[in-house]
Amino acid sequence: MKMRGKAWKFGDDVNTDEIIPARYLNTTDPEELAKHCMEDSEKPDFASKVRPGDLIVAGKNFGCGSSREHAPISIKAAGVSCVIAKSFARIFFRNAINIGLPILECPEAAEGIEEGDEVEVDLEKGEIRNLTKGEVYKARPFPDFMMGIIRAGGLMNYIAQTLKGEGR
Amino acid sequence: MTITEKILAAHAGLDEVEPGQFIKAKVDVALGNDITAPLAIEQFRKIGAQKVFDPERVILVPDHYTPNKDIRSAELAKTVREFAKEQGLKYYFEVGRMGIEHALLPEEGLVVPGDVVIGADSHTCTYGALGAFATGVGSTDLAAAMITGEIWFKVPESMKLIYYGEMGRWVTAKDLILYTIGDIGVDGALYRAMEFTGETIRRLSMDGRLTICNMAIEAGAKSGIIEPDEVTIRYVEGRAKRPYKLYRSDPDARYVEVREYDVSKIEPQVAFPFKPENTKPISEVGEIPIDQVVIGSCTNGRLEDLRLAAKVLRGRKVHPYVRLIVIPATQRIYLEALREGLIEVFIEAGGVVSTPTCGPCLGGHMGVLAAGERAVSTTNRNFRGRMGHPESEVYLANPAIAAASAVLGRIGSPDELGVSPDD
Ligand code: SF4
Repeated sequence: MKMRGKAWKFGDDVNTDEIIPARYLNTTDPEELAKHCMEDSEKPDFASKVRPGDLIVAGKNFGCGSSREHAPISIKAAGVSCVIAKSFARIFFRNAINIGLPILECPEAAEGIEEGDEVEVDLEKGEIRNLTKGEVYKARPFPDFMMGIIRAGGLMNYIAQTLKGEGR
Repeated sequence: MTITEKILAAHAGLDEVEPGQFIKAKVDVALGNDITAPLAIEQFRKIGAQKVFDPERVILVPDHYTPNKDIRSAELAKTVREFAKEQGLKYYFEVGRMGIEHALLPEEGLVVPGDVVIGADSHTCTYGALGAFATGVGSTDLAAAMITGEIWFKVPESMKLIYYGEMGRWVTAKDLILYTIGDIGVDGALYRAMEFTGETIRRLSMDGRLTICNMAIEAGAKSGIIEPDEVTIRYVEGRAKRPYKLYRSDPDARYVEVREYDVSKIEPQVAFPFKPENTKPISEVGEIPIDQVVIGSCTNGRLEDLRLAAKVLRGRKVHPYVRLIVIPATQRIYLEALREGLIEVFIEAGGVVSTPTCGPCLGGHMGVLAAGERAVSTTNRNFRGRMGHPESEVYLANPAIAAASAVLGRIGSPDELGVSPDD
């Protein structure tokens, strides 16, 4: 899996209320959620400016706060191909894997990449290339257990496969 | 092993587990609400699942936007209701019988010591107060657990937080946890289990313990937990809907970090916008005028909280420029508060009392803030825009400080009103 796009930088502790404010949680429609992605963050016009393939590059504890899966869904539906952060809040981390939004934990990339840099990501290798600066960063690879879920295309596909196997 | 490791091992069918290990654990309860369950139900249907793993262990509580605030939230609530009917769920709580999920489940005896509970709501960690392992997950995790009765976990490292000493004037469980978050930061316990212990914790009521564990997520933790004791047993006796099991940490259990707090040195705390870690003792808050006070939520909407607020408000009047909104967390708490005369105190003081709902806590309804407005709230999050407009502000505090602030029209302590904690 390879992704390429422009980097959008965010700071530390970006929370789920900034990513998708609760006033929009009265829908589960991804397109609708995408329209309000990052609306209460430091970049309120993010949703109208982001282009398909672009990446979010953030500081520590990205996605802290609520368990709302609407947050990674809105990011994915907004066209973001990958989120790179120094660290992720744990529920956000689970949710992103479960819905198939690629995310990578990499403090060096989070430091090195600047707003607007052209970035290419190779998910299998855990390799992040900053094409603007000509730098390469190595991200921590996923544990096998999670790679299984990712390979199946998310948790529900994984469960569907096992259900079929058991004939339920 | 720690209490957390023991509970997880037991639910994974293993003798031992270690931090970092991936396990598949059986869940005793899988919980969803009117915001998160609809997404889970969509997933459930999409893969063609027919039946939940156990209709007594999948619990759905519409509490965030209920009573329905608009047509869209009515549709979400309807999705949940119809699913509950179709699946024959034993524990679906309709408006009029519901409460905020994390206050309701312990009260109903639906979570018991030794359980593994997952909920598609980040404050599911509240149930750690009962000596259970409880953690928030997303809707896809909930869907998977509703079908299989299992979930994958990485066993968390445990962090021990020891509290000793007597709590000072107007200091409550809320202040201990706010102080702790101020100390370690909003990612100070990231991925970890926070184990709260020490003589001060032992002396806390179950209401106070639930408040502490409720906010473990605000430090980034996977879970918060308190070893069960006589207080726990007294609480669950007579309400537990299932047999329970008491686990305790071994004396040689391993912790990544141990912190000690002398609570006699802790004042009532106020968390400034826009992070729960921005705490200050009440004496250093300064002059901050406010527009609204909210007393309620899964953090501080229990009977003990309402009693404390009423103590401060009895015979006093809410400041003319302040709106006071009191929300008992469950119908039972509401009724009890009514019988004790607390509701009368709130209304006579010039406050409104609402039916149980999350409402303003997440800026949903029943008290949303306009641009530039400030609220003191007994809730757990003060993120930008949490209670309404992105330019509004939320200050987190305990119910006594919140009540006093409602009278003063600015953030302040009951001491300024001449109220004594022993009144
Ligand atoms: S009261 Fe607030 S924090 Fe608690 S479950 Fe409701 S929205 Fe979440």
